[in-house]
Amino acid sequence: MEKCIKRYFPVFLGPTFLAFLIGFIAPFLMGIYLSFCDFRTVTDAKFNGVQNYVRAFQDGDFAHAFWFTALFTVTTLILINVIAFAVALVLTREIRGTNLFRTVFFMPNLIGGIVLGYVWQLIFNGILSRYDLALKISAKYGFWGLVILICWQQIGYMMIIYIAGLQSIPGDLSEAAEIDGANGWQRLWNVTIPNMMPSITICTFLTLTNGFKLFDQNLSLTAGEPMKQTEMLALNIFNTFYGRVGYQGVGQAKAVVFFILVVALGLVQLNMTRSKEVQQ
Amino acid sequence: MKKRLLTLALALVMALSLAACGGGSGDTQPSGDSQPAGDSQPAGDSGSSDASGAVYYLNFKPEQDGAWQALAEAYTQETGVEVKVQTAASGQYETTLMSEIAKTDAPTLFQVNGPVGLANWKDYCYDLSGSQIAGELSSDDFALMDGSSMPGIAYVIETYGLIYNKALLEQAGYTADDIKSFADLKKVAEDITARKDELGFSAFTSAGMDGSSDWRFKTHLANLPIYFEYEADGIGDTEAIKGTYLDNYRAMWDLYINNCTCAPTLLSAKTGDDSVAEFVTEQAVFYQNGTWAFGDVADLGEENLGMLPIYIGVGDEANQGLCTGTENYWCVNKNAKPEDIQATLDFMYWCVTSDTGLDYMCSGDEGKMGFVIPFKGNLESTNALVNIANDYVAQGTTSIKWCFPTMPSEEWKNVLGSALTAYAADQTDANWETVRAAFVDNWAAEKSK
Repeated sequence: MEKCIKRYFPVFLGPTFLAFLIGFIAPFLMGIYLSFCDFRTVTDAKFNGVQNYVRAFQDGDFAHAFWFTALFTVTTLILINVIAFAVALVLTREIRGTNLFRTVFFMPNLIGGIVLGYVWQLIFNGILSRYDLALKISAKYGFWGLVILICWQQIGYMMIIYIAGLQSIPGDLSEAAEIDGANGWQRLWNVTIPNMMPSITICTFLTLTNGFKLFDQNLSLTAGEPMKQTEMLALNIFNTFYGRVGYQGVGQAKAVVFFILVVALGLVQLNMTRSKEVQQ
Repeated sequence: MKKRLLTLALALVMALSLAACGGGSGDTQPSGDSQPAGDSQPAGDSGSSDASGAVYYLNFKPEQDGAWQALAEAYTQETGVEVKVQTAASGQYETTLMSEIAKTDAPTLFQVNGPVGLANWKDYCYDLSGSQIAGELSSDDFALMDGSSMPGIAYVIETYGLIYNKALLEQAGYTADDIKSFADLKKVAEDITARKDELGFSAFTSAGMDGSSDWRFKTHLANLPIYFEYEADGIGDTEAIKGTYLDNYRAMWDLYINNCTCAPTLLSAKTGDDSVAEFVTEQAVFYQNGTWAFGDVADLGEENLGMLPIYIGVGDEANQGLCTGTENYWCVNKNAKPEDIQATLDFMYWCVTSDTGLDYMCSGDEGKMGFVIPFKGNLESTNALVNIANDYVAQGTTSIKWCFPTMPSEEWKNVLGSALTAYAADQTDANWETVRAAFVDNWAAEKSK
């Protein structure tokens, strides 16, 4: 049997690897090359050195988008994880209808980002219009609108991961602590959370990268209005690439910078939370 | 047991990835197959030599999508040449074109909006000078020239102004004769607003600044101060706009947003559809738009529709006409296969000369385009708004030219649109300064790029 797998592994892995090569590696390398080119369509590109990167860093909107995205990511990272963890704690107690609640909380995650954006735009505008206000007239509304939307969408997903983590903690640990006289908070801080570190690593990684990569919801909820003040990095790159004549190369350069940024942040975060994980 | 599971999982992955590949090739194969079939069949059918090749038209106007599809079908039935029409979503034309033209199966016929749009697509434009269709133009003014070559040909002439509902205007106690200048318009609009509750309607429809129809203000309304500045300076384009008539632009914008169906703070949430709906359901008297919108407003009845010049309080208002021009130029993709280029040229020629083609292009009937075309074969229109526009010309008024094809870039328009929206929400001088900067400073900045 093992021999068989060894002999035929190219048959099994080949197609997937090929698809990965064509669908990911090739466009990725092409994208890096294009970021050093002046081009209109991807098939005819002229090399122009680092000029695209220079123009990308000179763009004030790009810098604004970075800070806006960073602020947004930090806010949602904290809110989503704290609330998802709390919900997971509640829903691992023996309460009636836990399964129903879990399903309901998870459901927003099944709706596409564009649809969510439009639905929430209607909700927010519906409420704000009572006060003769609208979502797009202030960056503050746009920011909190996005935060609410993303929390609503992602809390359920993170909750599922936390529930799985909570269920894998052996009950005797907590019981032993209780017998030793630890109160609820102490048990949470010193027993549950250290044992939950693998889940926390995953969830913070997901919320961090999701926050940085957010695009659909941003596009359909605020589209960057007012005056590009709620434009996040991904949307800024999209608008640079598609919205401006002759800026395709700059958009591509921004995309490469964006990639490096997300990877770097992701790695730093993984290292930070991993080091806190304990062996059971 | 574990190993067997692993094998099973691997097999599953492989099956899935194969299925995915199969799905992909299944998609491409038929279209690859149909191409030669489509090529050979018409040649056999009609026996004409020019029936090879195919046409792919990337259409700019969503409101005419149905008509183009029908016209393409009629052409295929008549000649056997395959015509594919795809329509880009409103405001997404450049984006769509950019991704479509990079494909092997690229559009053979696309459009640019004038000199600025042409600069981007120059390398893709086939020189139309000397072509059959160029010979059909009613005036050389409608060809888009680049030196001695002719990369584009206008295919529609359009007119916009302030469309109004005659019955509502009369109900408010006025007729179109009472409005001959900006001052008159302001008086009428503010009077309607003052009696809004009693009358049950507003002066203007909401501006729809959510991006779906802000072009009516960032492009079409902005054309007026640009036009008057060009006229005053005797130029047709400029590297640095002065914004001489920006105060008039502001006054007009103030009038629009403070006398419409909703609070100005809500405009950013309103759509173009809201605006049309308000006009058609008689919630407002005035609606700034053009001849292309006839299909949307036809329900009000031809006798009920009128159109006024957009007075902004500049120039000889007594003789001011509507805004007439074009920003729609057909271009043929130079990089297409020679037989496809020929097929495309034949199709364009057929559209503006054959009876069927002209009927579709010019008739204002349901499902037709209702265009005024700059070609010799142009038919009398059944589009009421076009006829109103013709009356203005017949009365000897001076039409306002479309100067917005000289606007520096889409980015310039978008920034101006955002600034207008922000100003509408909070009408302070500081916010108007943002609009001024978007108009004047950004013009020079964008032109120099």
